[in-house]
Amino acid sequence: MFSYIVRRLIAAVGLLLAVSLVTFLIFFLVPRLGGATADDLASRYAGKTANAAQTHALAKQLGFTDPVYVQYGRFVKGIVVGADYSTGPTTVHCSAPCLGYSYLTQNPVLPDLLNRMPVTFSLAIGAAVIWVLFGVATGVLSALRRGSVFDRAAMGVALAGVSLPIFFTGLLSLTLFSYKLHWFPAGSTYTPITQNPLQWAYDLILPWITLAFLYAAGYARLTRAGMLETMGEDYVRTARAKGLPERTVIVKHALRSTLTPILTIFGLDIGALLGGAVLTESAFSLQGLGAYAIQAIGSNDLPKLLGVTLVVAFFVIMANLVVDILYAVVDPRVRLG
Amino acid sequence: MKRRRTVGAVAAAVALVLGLAACSGSSSGSTSGSSGSGSKPVFNAAVGKVYNPSTKTGGTLRFANSGDWDSLDPADTYYGYSWNFIRLYGRSLVMFASAPGAAGAKLVPDLATSLGKSSDGAKTWTYTLRKGVKFEDGTVVTSKDVKYAVERSLDKSVFTQGPTYFNDFLDLQGYTSPYKDKTKDKLGLKAIETPDDQTIIFHLKKPFSGFDYFAQLPATIPVPEAKDTGTKYKDHVISTGPYMFQQNNLGKNFTLVRNPNWDQATDPNRHPLPDKITVQLNVNADDIDNRLLAGDLDVSIEGTGVGPAAQGRVLADPALKAQSDSAVTTRLWFTSINGQVAPLDNIHCRKAVEYAADKVSYQQAYGGPIGGDIASNLQPPVIPGAKSFNLYPTPGNKGDITKAKAELAQCGQPNGFSTSISYRAERPKEKAAAESLQQSLAKAGIKLTIKSYPLADYTKLYAGKPDYAKANNLGLIVYGWGADWPDGFGFLSQITDSRVIRAQGGNTNLTVRDPAVDALIDKAMTGPDLASRQADWVDVDKKVMDDAYDLPGVWAKGLLFRPKNLTNVFVTDGFSMYDYLALGVQK
Repeated sequence: MFSYIVRRLIAAVGLLLAVSLVTFLIFFLVPRLGGATADDLASRYAGKTANAAQTHALAKQLGFTDPVYVQYGRFVKGIVVGADYSTGPTTVHCSAPCLGYSYLTQNPVLPDLLNRMPVTFSLAIGAAVIWVLFGVATGVLSALRRGSVFDRAAMGVALAGVSLPIFFTGLLSLTLFSYKLHWFPAGSTYTPITQNPLQWAYDLILPWITLAFLYAAGYARLTRAGMLETMGEDYVRTARAKGLPERTVIVKHALRSTLTPILTIFGLDIGALLGGAVLTESAFSLQGLGAYAIQAIGSNDLPKLLGVTLVVAFFVIMANLVVDILYAVVDPRVRLG
Repeated sequence: MKRRRTVGAVAAAVALVLGLAACSGSSSGSTSGSSGSGSKPVFNAAVGKVYNPSTKTGGTLRFANSGDWDSLDPADTYYGYSWNFIRLYGRSLVMFASAPGAAGAKLVPDLATSLGKSSDGAKTWTYTLRKGVKFEDGTVVTSKDVKYAVERSLDKSVFTQGPTYFNDFLDLQGYTSPYKDKTKDKLGLKAIETPDDQTIIFHLKKPFSGFDYFAQLPATIPVPEAKDTGTKYKDHVISTGPYMFQQNNLGKNFTLVRNPNWDQATDPNRHPLPDKITVQLNVNADDIDNRLLAGDLDVSIEGTGVGPAAQGRVLADPALKAQSDSAVTTRLWFTSINGQVAPLDNIHCRKAVEYAADKVSYQQAYGGPIGGDIASNLQPPVIPGAKSFNLYPTPGNKGDITKAKAELAQCGQPNGFSTSISYRAERPKEKAAAESLQQSLAKAGIKLTIKSYPLADYTKLYAGKPDYAKANNLGLIVYGWGADWPDGFGFLSQITDSRVIRAQGGNTNLTVRDPAVDALIDKAMTGPDLASRQADWVDVDKKVMDDAYDLPGVWAKGLLFRPKNLTNVFVTDGFSMYDYLALGVQK
């Protein structure tokens, strides 16, 4: 197990470098293929009325006049040993791992990312707890009561959940529950958990439910399908024949093997969400990694983009690693390595 | 059967929820804000006059921004709403008066005791500072703080976003930046003299009669050299205005509270009412509109008006419409006609485009009459001294194909010609405008191929790069332009002076190349008095229209919404939005 984890972590580092390299190349090579020069790229970050000399100076300052491999090397060096940046009157040292300075705000990117992680984590993990509990429970009950009113209603609601886009349900729930009924706070309200845990949870209830609604629906359907398949297996019939209580048959025998595919999906989902629940954060104006990614893309700000991409990749890789390890725990037939 | 009934029940339940929410929207007008005495809401009540006047202090004024500031640092900001708002935490030499309508487009002295005194043929400008103005920490403001502020704004490697007027007009003599300045107190720029603590003198390299408009730029807001942290200064800008920063979370929100060292006796222009001001950044645009309409928010700071979804609700509900103002702006939506792309190098082919265009359909593309008024020339009428005229009148503004064809015959294209029209991909209204022109010009035989380009690079790499536009046959370029400030120079200079056209791109003058226009601009910039300068700018407008280098479309309007608890609300022509200095809240 230990050597397996170490091998996976080493591969993860390689994968992260590859992701950063591809992002770099897309950002720099694609415009060049279209004929853009270093000054052309720099003009995106210069003010409305910057002249040729100012734009060229900015191109040099941002490193665009260097070959792409030099710029990439500088980026990797920053991660390993840090880098120095000028604020105007002084020079500051950005200690390792330094993910660069934003072209537009000229602020270091890493503190921004760290600042926004708690928001995205709170959103993702809270919603994950809700959707797993509700989704799996609904799926199990639906499978057990197949064909009943509950089953049809639940699957109908699940259909709505996977079909309605989050920015629609998000804005709708804000309009109804926050601005009309005043049951919940307005969008962009967030209290750190360290400040006031109750307020933190209260502020996030609406975003949690909105995000969970989407995923719970998918998990309910998945669980239902898996349970229906498993409940028909021989070993379940044997367990029942042995006289085990129905609860033990369902949870210990049927559900446990249904969980494996759900675990896979959960790993992918939570990994991606930890990198930024883009649509939910936009709808509720929560300043997490997802909102940061949108701002970075909209303003063509490469350092921010690189930072967010690496964070997302990191979480997806880690989540998949954890899921693979959990397989071995959940399913004794699985051997790691 | 059972299945269908269940699906039907679920569908009905969902429809019910949606219906509830939709209905809840339309009646929200009656529950918004707090009740209290105040003026009766009427449509356009804040246009040209003060709505709900009040002198009551107290409360928290809540702003929200769907994007982010370019920068809170006065040296590094260009957005109109930022220049409006910055007067709350900074005092420049002169400022736009905090007054409704046209009075808001007049400059009044702020830090200075009077408007600038010019000498040496408008190449030298002198200002005297008021006594007793202090920074938020109690330090007295001197002319050297203003000089330092302008000096640092020259450094475009540190402050990349701000305007470059001082770089372009001051007699720099090689000066680059106070951060490279070897003099003891970093005041090495000879173009600005500070003979004593109350006097500041600017030396220009070319005469410019409108220098007071430069003096109102945020770059003249004083900055204490000892507390200048360069790119980090925006984390906490040292205030000279009635409010100062209490907290600032970049990219998220900030809060202003009263500045105890601001003295009303030194400031006849401001009567700050709220005790606290909060601004949230990067808030979902539709959420901002919903909150405004529900009374959970006081001001949408960008000042361009509510979005299309909310606009429909506001206009349809008389109670909501009574709380809105249709603000005329200094923005023109237009299409540039590119004389570098044949056959538009021939003036008659360009005039054919002017005659063939259906302006009513063009206006529809921008939302109909509520989106703006049909424009017949460049300068929006709200700019002081602007005159409206129409060199290409057509019946009902719907185009005149006969006249268009007559012009086509004169340029040797009796059966029309083909060219391309570009627009910014993320702007659906510009797409609609391009399509509208495609249809109306086709009637005269002018065939347009529509091409879209990304907004972020439109002027830098594509339509605004002369070689690219020429190589890609961009004969028509859909664009828009808002004045840097409401006067002829602020509106026209960047879009009609051929000498500002740069080969490497980033141009805002996309097509106007006429030395006669350039000469008129020079005359307008150095005219002896305001009236003659305003008349000169009208001449510039007329010459460009005569050359047919631009097809004016719509003078834009924004539908602003004022929640019931706002006091002292008025649209100022200085910024074409609500004046943020005057606003108060009633609780």
